[in-house]
Amino acid sequence: MAMTLITTNTSSDAATSDFTTGIDSTYKLYIFKFININPATTGQDFGFQVNVAGESDYDEVITSTSFSAWYGEAGSGPSLAYDTAKDQAQDTGFQDLNSAQSSDADSGMAGTLWLFNPSNTTYVKHFYAVTTSFTLDATPNHNNYYIAGYVNVTGAIDEIQFKYSSGNFDGIISMYGVG
Amino acid sequence: MPLGAHKVALFGVAGVSTGDVVLLSSQTASDSASLDFTSGIDSTYGEYIFRYYNCNPVTDSAQFQVGFNVTGESDYNEVITSAAFTAYNTEGGAGGTTGLAYSGDIDLAQAAGPQPLTAAVGNGGDESCVGELHLFNPASTTYVKHFYFKGTHYQNNNHNQTVLGAGYINVTGAISQVQWKMSTGNFDGTVKLWGVKN
Repeated sequence: MAMTLITTNTSSDAATSDFTTGIDSTYKLYIFKFININPATTGQDFGFQVNVAGESDYDEVITSTSFSAWYGEAGSGPSLAYDTAKDQAQDTGFQDLNSAQSSDADSGMAGTLWLFNPSNTTYVKHFYAVTTSFTLDATPNHNNYYIAGYVNVTGAIDEIQFKYSSGNFDGIISMYGVG
Repeated sequence: MPLGAHKVALFGVAGVSTGDVVLLSSQTASDSASLDFTSGIDSTYGEYIFRYYNCNPVTDSAQFQVGFNVTGESDYNEVITSAAFTAYNTEGGAGGTTGLAYSGDIDLAQAAGPQPLTAAVGNGGDESCVGELHLFNPASTTYVKHFYFKGTHYQNNNHNQTVLGAGYINVTGAISQVQWKMSTGNFDGTVKLWGVKN
């Protein structure tokens, strides 16, 4: 099962990272890799939204779940818990993939998002993701998020946008096609 | 599909690309203390994937571990902060024990590695652990090095345990060497290294 690199977006103090081409019926699975994604403003959530072909704005309806494991550098926590602040129930907001990320110069985040069969016009569009990042309180806390859900539309999705809840960011996002 | 093709699909062939995921090297332990990957980890790829197959300890209840070394330093003991949780089920089935919980045996808080990847792996002839670890941008000299992993193993007291975890190596120096070993004793098994183009 080969994984083909389609596009890489390198952001430098950018507001968003948009993938507006290359998402179609060529692949049944699209994988997005996040490398050293670092916000300009501390305490922001990194997330994504999608757009159905022919529509405008990244505001499709999503239902999802989210939980995280975290542990602090100073030993705070640890914890494994569902995060009701990061799930969605038929909401049109951006789907958060982490929480209150630090903007420390060496922090960054990494992770992977899997989006299944976005060009299908029969089914809703399922996704899941895993990310690793850290918040900055008195000392950093590591967060490992697991998110999954579906975009509750049957129209084909051909665009996806990544951004923080506020502010610009640096980082690399690569999009791959599989199968 | 003939067996040969299945083997290629499952395990890859060294030096051969599977799309934009390239198998870089493969090492097999046979009563070995460690498997060390000391080359091939550099700025060529933004993500490196290790997969471990049937790693079986000589000593019962050993934890399978991974350690990292910064270029120019010695020992696989870089500082790590990480979190992990497990799901488990005993062979007793309905009468057995199940659970899903945070694992304080597999996390680290600013502790020198190695990073545990399992709980106590059984050393029976048919017992082992499998899984994969994703390491992001190890050659960066700006950021800490994030990783996540998932695996499943045959626990020493006859149950299945699945582990998911993630963390970061809290250094900004480039990581160029990775070591796999048990917490105690030697082991058998195979570890493969892949690079993901980006």
